[in-house]
Amino acid sequence: MKLEYFQMVDRVEAFDPERRTIRCLARVPERSTVFEGHFPGYPVMPGTLLVETVAQAGGFLLMALDGYSRMPVLTQVVKARIRDAVEPGAILRIDAEVQQVSSGISAIEGQLSVADRRAAECEIRYRTMPFPAPELRDLVIARAREIGVPVTGAGTGGASR
Amino acid sequence: MTAFNQETFDSVADIIADICSIDRAEIAPDSHAVNDLGIDSLDFLDVTFDIDKKFGIKMPVEQWMEEVNQGDADADEFFVMKNLVIRIEELRAAKAA
Repeated sequence: MKLEYFQMVDRVEAFDPERRTIRCLARVPERSTVFEGHFPGYPVMPGTLLVETVAQAGGFLLMALDGYSRMPVLTQVVKARIRDAVEPGAILRIDAEVQQVSSGISAIEGQLSVADRRAAECEIRYRTMPFPAPELRDLVIARAREIGVPVTGAGTGGASR
Repeated sequence: MTAFNQETFDSVADIIADICSIDRAEIAPDSHAVNDLGIDSLDFLDVTFDIDKKFGIKMPVEQWMEEVNQGDADADEFFVMKNLVIRIEELRAAKAA
């Protein structure tokens, strides 16, 4: 997890295209400028970044399911509950499941846990749109490969619609 | 030809009123979702999402938009409420077949 680069997911542990689920892992860094302000002397992950982490896991899930033809962009946090503080060094497990895929809009439900203790749960919607540039799609696919998201059939070259 | 269904219209109007904060009484069968009701694209996505969920269908809204943009169809065919309801009924019938 690189907070300053908004790279929230380290790797994918499981992906099930039939159940439309994904399980990701991420390790909260021990040190980050984020913790200098949140909070001085008591560093904890901001709840908004926990939501972002679930959103990114769900985004990779949606892209992997449709062959990286469309880019999910967060449009709505329908529900979010931060249940517990997450401290530097914590290992996060993020589970996401597709709730619905409609024309131009998709939704997932996700949970974020630390050592089997649920720290956050969210219901998130995305607008799904063509990648604004083929280069961005290629970068996303490269990042997906790096963390272990299946990219079968995605190809490269940015033939997004 | 698929007929207008008042019950479906009422459900769709309720969804629009709820999501778009529009007075339910303002939504009539002849209302145009964009021109008369002022629904923007983001709200319409949420409306689409809830209609799909309610009726177990998948409205091809992006395909409709493409047809309109390419001049192959008139926006009224999809976005006037009574026509939208007929489209929904067609999709429901196709799913049940």
